[in-house]
Amino acid sequence: MRNISSLKFCLSVASALVLPLAAFGQGDQAPAAKPASHMESHIGNLTGNSDAGRQLYFRYCWGCHGPHGDGNGENAPWVTPQPRNFVAAVFKCRSTPTGTLPTDEDLYNSIRRGFNFTNMPSWLALTAQERANLVAFIKTFSPRWVTEKPGTPIPVPAEPKLTIESIKHGGELFQKLECWKCHGQEGRGDGPSASTLTDSNDQPIRPYNFTSDNRSKCGSTNQDLYKIFMSGVDGTPMPSFADVVKPEDAWDLVHYLRTLQYNNPSPELTLWESTPEGKAIVAAKQVKETATGSGFKP
Amino acid sequence: MQMKQVVIAGAAMLAACALATAGPNPAGGTITGKVTYTGTPAKMKPIDMSKEPSCAKMYTTPPMAETVVAGPGDTLADVVVYVSAGVPDDPAPSSAAVFTQKGCRYIPHVLAFQVNQELKIVNEDQTSHNIHPLPKLNREWNKSQPPGTPPISEKYDKAEFIPVKCNVHPWMHGNFAVMKNSHYSVTGDNGTFTLGNLPPGKYTITAWQESYGDQSQDVTISGGETKTISFVFKAKPY
Repeated sequence: MRNISSLKFCLSVASALVLPLAAFGQGDQAPAAKPASHMESHIGNLTGNSDAGRQLYFRYCWGCHGPHGDGNGENAPWVTPQPRNFVAAVFKCRSTPTGTLPTDEDLYNSIRRGFNFTNMPSWLALTAQERANLVAFIKTFSPRWVTEKPGTPIPVPAEPKLTIESIKHGGELFQKLECWKCHGQEGRGDGPSASTLTDSNDQPIRPYNFTSDNRSKCGSTNQDLYKIFMSGVDGTPMPSFADVVKPEDAWDLVHYLRTLQYNNPSPELTLWESTPEGKAIVAAKQVKETATGSGFKP
Repeated sequence: MQMKQVVIAGAAMLAACALATAGPNPAGGTITGKVTYTGTPAKMKPIDMSKEPSCAKMYTTPPMAETVVAGPGDTLADVVVYVSAGVPDDPAPSSAAVFTQKGCRYIPHVLAFQVNQELKIVNEDQTSHNIHPLPKLNREWNKSQPPGTPPISEKYDKAEFIPVKCNVHPWMHGNFAVMKNSHYSVTGDNGTFTLGNLPPGKYTITAWQESYGDQSQDVTISGGETKTISFVFKAKPY
């Protein structure tokens, strides 16, 4: 840690003096890039403007995300998970590979959709243009938007036909890839490693509980599910599987994951319950007593 | 800002070229020494791998945590000793630095390599790992590596000490030391290090230990001499 702070100090000295000789020292990196004061966003036909986004940000967003965009707004101490830090520019919901910046559209979708199970609401009340302006403004907080380009989105091929074999193969992958280590054998987010998980800020974090809902944090469609495990959820323990799962296998996994959401009707669940095996598995999962085990009978 | 970067990079390259054409000093100086500690380091606890039987069965006695690795004679292993000032940045070597997951541990525990050098991450276990380095200056990524999948190839473009963890196996913890130049050494069990082939000049030598932080000292080398220095860390009992 001390090394990093000394590095930062040396960086500032180097950038102040601009001594070519400084390129020989420990803290000798070229002066750090600064965030842009103005940014645009492009979502479909919309062009967002950060100057217009600034006004919206300081009306709707800064209470949690803070005046400096670092996630330290005045509400932040009471918010779990923590508000996103736009200065670090590590984003959870992306269509792009792990470690890369999201596309403008990814950020736009996050603002529009909100984050289920968190304090971030859906901003449907804003116009599309306003959301695009906010996307542009969010990009003025980090120099990463100056030095890097968003990643190339991971291709999502057309969804193949839903079959029992696809669901079963997805179940095998759930075992083989050891998704259950965190998400649990029944997808309840209670796997053996679940209680030890922390995010990149050392805050405890829970794996997604598939039985709780059918809307995951990064979207509710099958395409969204596909993207989540392929791109990984950066800043959290959820890794990217893009290098190790073939596209056709990924779709099988999506089909299986839907059957874990046994409280939420889906074509996958209906098909699964039409087989004796699937029906028995789903029936066994139904919670018949309260969570506290008080013996309540509905 | 861009212009400044170009100027500095250009100056560095010119200087590097000048050094290269002069040729490395065959009788370059050497800095060698030992890293030790005073006081009582925290007692390392045995790692409970019972949640991962495929790894637990690889050990007759449970392996110990490695946040402080003390050797005989109060020496410290896994300390990165490097030239932090006085030498130009080096281009990355073509060889890859290899980081292996074996028995649900990282081998080596501290892997030092250069900026933009290829980093190869290998899973030799029969279980899925996720490799989750936690940099502050570099890009943060997190990748799954099930058994039998090919090595992951990555690189870092900024010098930094980066903690690495596996979220599936919370006891797994290691470090990447991304270095600016090729003058670095990671101490072994006997705590010794050697930084060779240094032309005459004044250098700042820094030693970094993951729990105890870093310390530096200046060393002047004239001709082909060998200078012996030592680093002493104050051990924390917790």
